Amino acid sequence: MINIYEVEETNKMVEQENLDVRTITMGISLLDCIDSDLERCRDKIYQKITTAARDLVKTGEEIAREFGVPIINKRISVTPIALVGGAACRSPQDFSKIAATLDQAAQEVGVNFIGGYSAMVSKGMTAADEMLICSIPQALSETERVCSSVNVGSTRCGIDMDAVKLMGEVILETARRTAAQDSLGCAKLVVFCNAPDDNPFMAGAFHGVTEGDRVINVGVSGPGVVKTAIEKVRGESFETLCETIKKTAFKVTRVGQLVAKEASRRLKVPFGIVDLSLAPTPAVGDSVAEILCEIGLERVGAPGTTAALALLNDQVKKGGVMASSYVGGLSGAFIPVSEDQGMIDAVNAGALTLEKLEAMTCVCSVGLDMIAIPGDTKATTISGIIADEMAIGMVNQKTTAVRLIPVIGKGVGETVEFGGLLGYAPIMPVNPCDCSAFVNRKGRIPAPIHSFKN
Amino acid sequence: MKKAIITVVGHDTVGIIAKVCTYLAENDINILDISQTIVQGYFNMMMIVDRSASKKHFGDVVTELEELGRQIGVIIKCQREEIFAQMHRI
Repeated sequence: MINIYEVEETNKMVEQENLDVRTITMGISLLDCIDSDLERCRDKIYQKITTAARDLVKTGEEIAREFGVPIINKRISVTPIALVGGAACRSPQDFSKIAATLDQAAQEVGVNFIGGYSAMVSKGMTAADEMLICSIPQALSETERVCSSVNVGSTRCGIDMDAVKLMGEVILETARRTAAQDSLGCAKLVVFCNAPDDNPFMAGAFHGVTEGDRVINVGVSGPGVVKTAIEKVRGESFETLCETIKKTAFKVTRVGQLVAKEASRRLKVPFGIVDLSLAPTPAVGDSVAEILCEIGLERVGAPGTTAALALLNDQVKKGGVMASSYVGGLSGAFIPVSEDQGMIDAVNAGALTLEKLEAMTCVCSVGLDMIAIPGDTKATTISGIIADEMAIGMVNQKTTAVRLIPVIGKGVGETVEFGGLLGYAPIMPVNPCDCSAFVNRKGRIPAPIHSFKN
Repeated sequence: MKKAIITVVGHDTVGIIAKVCTYLAENDINILDISQTIVQGYFNMMMIVDRSASKKHFGDVVTELEELGRQIGVIIKCQREEIFAQMHRI
């Protein structure tokens, strides 16, 4: 039987170390909402979402109450809208009307974000894909809860450089359109390589076409729990360190598994996956950077950072995989800058640069995340940064992503405040050398040699 | 059997266990096990209970025990047992 010490340990994780379930995300297929008439299509989308997710928020709150574990977010992901709206939309403006519908549906069911305003264009863009991508600045500036993502590359297909070029312009235009809110629109826009179909985390969540009609995916968190656990093994060998991280990751993931199964049972929606990510928040003690420092770095960015992060990421997976029957999504340590106090401190101290962050993305999920850059950065430079990150994902057969925020009207040395879980960020310098001749070439980068496995 | 874990933490005063037990008896919740420690004057108790005979909605039990805790001046948490079993048992 459970003893008092085990109960105390669990409750201490929740009360003092910020253990929580970061999100229950319901994936909803909108493929059956396709219609050649835009108004009918929008109506079907609204009806399907508000019916399918009617009890999502209430159920999440009940589960949190009964188990005594906070469930921070209840969210929805939908089929990439480029597929759903292709038959009905004749212009980017038509697509942004669908974004408005998604926003209304999200508001109606009480979720704070809805993901899936997306296009999958790793090999090429259809007319619908291109219209959706062009509509993103308008869609994100006119909605509150809609999140957008574009997958521009994969290990199997290579990188669609036309889409990469376009995304540089789209990110900049989204920043301009939301300049009054410190370019907040860009915090809801992710560019992916090898995007997973079952990611529960925003802003990159969408309900892939490989999925069923509805699914429950859960994202756990717990950087604070890992940090507290490894404080107790300070100075000990790597073996002891790794074992401690693994055991802690197991415990954290079990909570996610339990919540996911319970949500699935109550909502009568199949359980999809648990995403084992270590997702930080701006709260003190809820930081991946602090774990890296506890492993032995003065600050994130110091030599040894990439190795420490590789170790952390791997042990989290090894511990977590055994704790859940199905693992998926992004599953790894997140290293967003604005959402992690330790990262912010490292940037302010001059220890952490964009280039070091890029190196770190080689060994963890996901990529260059929530990084504020000067508002006068050229679109082609943003595309160049995206291309670099996509190449890392393509060659290493992993998911990588870029969520950059060019803050209009601000430069290096200034700070931008997004509020809430999105946090705040110092604006980081970008290499000023030009790459436009590279970005402006047409076509795509071929798939790497190791993709030919057949 | 539907098990739940009740934890009570706070300054030690007369009648804490009595009040919690009375509430549980009134709501047909059976106590299976009690363990208790006092560390530096702090009262720390854990109960394992069976709620299968209780007709009350579990969420309401959680809320009412929290309220009872506020009246006595201690923190009372009531959670379904699975959260602990899942985390600490393979």
